[in-house]
Amino acid sequence: MPYLDHAATTPMLPEAVSAMTAHLGSTGNASSLHAAGRRARRVVEESRETIAQALGARPSEVVLTGGGTESDNLAVKGLYWARRDADPARVRILCSPVEHHAVLDAVEWLERHEGARVDWLPVDALGRVHPEVLREAVERNPADVAVITVMWANNEVGTIQPIVELGAIAREFDIPMHADAVQAFGQVPLDFAASGLDALTVTGHKIGGPYGVGALLLARSATPVPLLHGGGQERDVRSGTLDVPAAAGFAAAAAIAAERQPQHARELALLRDELVLAVQKAVPDAVLNGDPGDPGNADGSGSQAGGRLSASAHFSFPGCEGDALLMLLDARGIECSTGSACSAGVPQPSHVLLAMGVEPALARASLRFSLGSTSTRADVTALAEAIGPVVERARMAGAAARRP
Amino acid sequence: MSDFPGAPDGSPSAPGKLRVLAAMSGGVDSAVAAARAAEAGHEVTGVHLALSSNPQSFRTGARGCCTLEDSRDARRAADVIGIPFYVWDLAERFREDVIDDFVAEYAAGRTPNPCLRCNEKIKFAALLDKAVALGFDAVVTGHYAQIVTGADGVRELHRAVDPAKDQSYVLGVLDADQLAHAMFPLGDTPKELVRAEAGRRGLAVAKKPDSHDICFIADGDTQGFLEQRLGTAPGEIVDVDGTRLGEHSGAYGFTIGQRKGLRIGHPAADGKPRYVLDISPVDNRVTVGPVEALDVAALTGIKPRWCGTTPFAPGAYTVQLRAHGEPVAATAALSEDGAELRVALAEPQRGIAPGQAAVLYDGTRVVGSATIATTERAVLSG
Repeated sequence: MPYLDHAATTPMLPEAVSAMTAHLGSTGNASSLHAAGRRARRVVEESRETIAQALGARPSEVVLTGGGTESDNLAVKGLYWARRDADPARVRILCSPVEHHAVLDAVEWLERHEGARVDWLPVDALGRVHPEVLREAVERNPADVAVITVMWANNEVGTIQPIVELGAIAREFDIPMHADAVQAFGQVPLDFAASGLDALTVTGHKIGGPYGVGALLLARSATPVPLLHGGGQERDVRSGTLDVPAAAGFAAAAAIAAERQPQHARELALLRDELVLAVQKAVPDAVLNGDPGDPGNADGSGSQAGGRLSASAHFSFPGCEGDALLMLLDARGIECSTGSACSAGVPQPSHVLLAMGVEPALARASLRFSLGSTSTRADVTALAEAIGPVVERARMAGAAARRP
Repeated sequence: MSDFPGAPDGSPSAPGKLRVLAAMSGGVDSAVAAARAAEAGHEVTGVHLALSSNPQSFRTGARGCCTLEDSRDARRAADVIGIPFYVWDLAERFREDVIDDFVAEYAAGRTPNPCLRCNEKIKFAALLDKAVALGFDAVVTGHYAQIVTGADGVRELHRAVDPAKDQSYVLGVLDADQLAHAMFPLGDTPKELVRAEAGRRGLAVAKKPDSHDICFIADGDTQGFLEQRLGTAPGEIVDVDGTRLGEHSGAYGFTIGQRKGLRIGHPAADGKPRYVLDISPVDNRVTVGPVEALDVAALTGIKPRWCGTTPFAPGAYTVQLRAHGEPVAATAALSEDGAELRVALAEPQRGIAPGQAAVLYDGTRVVGSATIATTERAVLSG
């Protein structure tokens, strides 16, 4: 079964499974003061150190959360509230329009309920925010910006943002900046200290770790207003009893993600380039979305100024509907994604593609293929054989749907 | 569209394995229909149609559909049956072909049947066309109606065995081609047995209330919905002589035969209740009168559609004039150009509203349908 949807979630690494299961049977609240509590706390703290090391952060900068969505919400809302409370003039949020919904919807919520004003930073046709665009937006009034949030790499089209350059501008104006690195982790080198960011979101299940656990890396100077109030765990920023087994599983996966990143990126980029060529051969008018990268030099590290994630390929197939393509591939055992958000499972045209200037009809005609640690050449071959006939069929259905 | 072999009416004995798409609303009927099709050996894929761009989270009683809860119920039924499941977004088509049409019909003084329109334009058009193009042979739904294949291989649409649940009226718009790719596995079973079967099959929707009313008007307030879309348009309520009796805030809020909610201050001269006889959108006028004036002796229908492949022959039929209405004896004939169906009723009928469908039956067989355009009153209403 070719599983080409690693950007949705990844198979759990055996190392993460054993790290997690090792602690499932143990009693002990990591906040308890007795021996069992200390044992649990030790697992959490060791996990925190491992995660910190994997991401170039200090252990005290790792705030464990319930996953990427929570981390994004904590960063965006918490930093906004903190900054606005300190200076009521700071109500402007600078945000890219290609963010994951966890950021996008949090920002829009602040706009509706908390008096925020949002400046959407325009992206180019590859989905990239240019540093001069951010500078211009900040300089319109540096004194009223509360927070900047731009994702490290896009979950749909894979475009890598110039985070270091963007972060430098944020620092220059002393504005807190958050980056969602959920997709970037394990695919590009991440160094929190070097990035100069105030907050960085990562999550377990996208890197071969467990579901339901993630982290927000928070610079020591960053003190977001908490979303969850309670026992004061995690620097008083994220209350809630710590999930010891999940922390251990996440840490095991994080260590491997960082250690294998260069090789992983190199191998996946080669496989991805094969996939792209195979799809383009079978469907000559397929449109590759996002930064095409440099297939000849695809080490996946992506110079900080550009590049794309090595694991993903995102196409639009003119005349098709994404949901039909997905169903036809699914029926052939090939699992991928339309790359867009679902509420009732309803595919909407991707806000990412729309922000990149893609026509809505073409945006609806899109599929994302994302590779991971279990991907093989056979997966690519299976897709290469299926995609031609599938697109042909979906085109007939697309034509039928347009018939009045 | 090519025909397919066998008698794929969903009965377990149906020969041949077909690829069928089950339209699953999240209700009990469509779930059992899908289960029966799967059990009959067909390769079934479940699809829930998202018909609202902004689905609500929960159903309110028996009202509404395509909420997130319905989508989940459909998904869980598909899990239990063991078939793949997807949600298809047909909200845009639904808005254009059903909701906008519904509003426009009311604005024109007619009384539309949106379920019928949905079958004609969405389930057995947009959905069916897409399904066939994607390689499916048929669409299966939980409608209570039967498809009978005659000796000559011609497929006929018949009433369901459960007269209280019969939905052949809202399927009367299907033509032979649509019928050739439709499957109604529930037509031979009374509703209560379908519920019991759902329970036996472990489908959690077994006890879910039936849907009533109009699915896209979640609170059931049709008048409020129309007012929101059409705004208020105050006009006169007059009697058959043209005497002004009162005011209304929009002629579209009335239906032929309506008695309640007229809010006419003073009683009629004869002291008898008054009913809506006529809605005239041109002068925004609503005419009311005595109940006898509602009696209709004949009607004409436009846009006739024929269910079978046999050509329509003029003669004696029964006709059904609204959903869940009684069939009445009639003679029917076509205008020379074939564009107009003329129906003379053996006995006058009350409360026939333009916009509704007149569905012709020959016994239990659906012959065809037309949209009621004009009615001829038995007593001239002045």
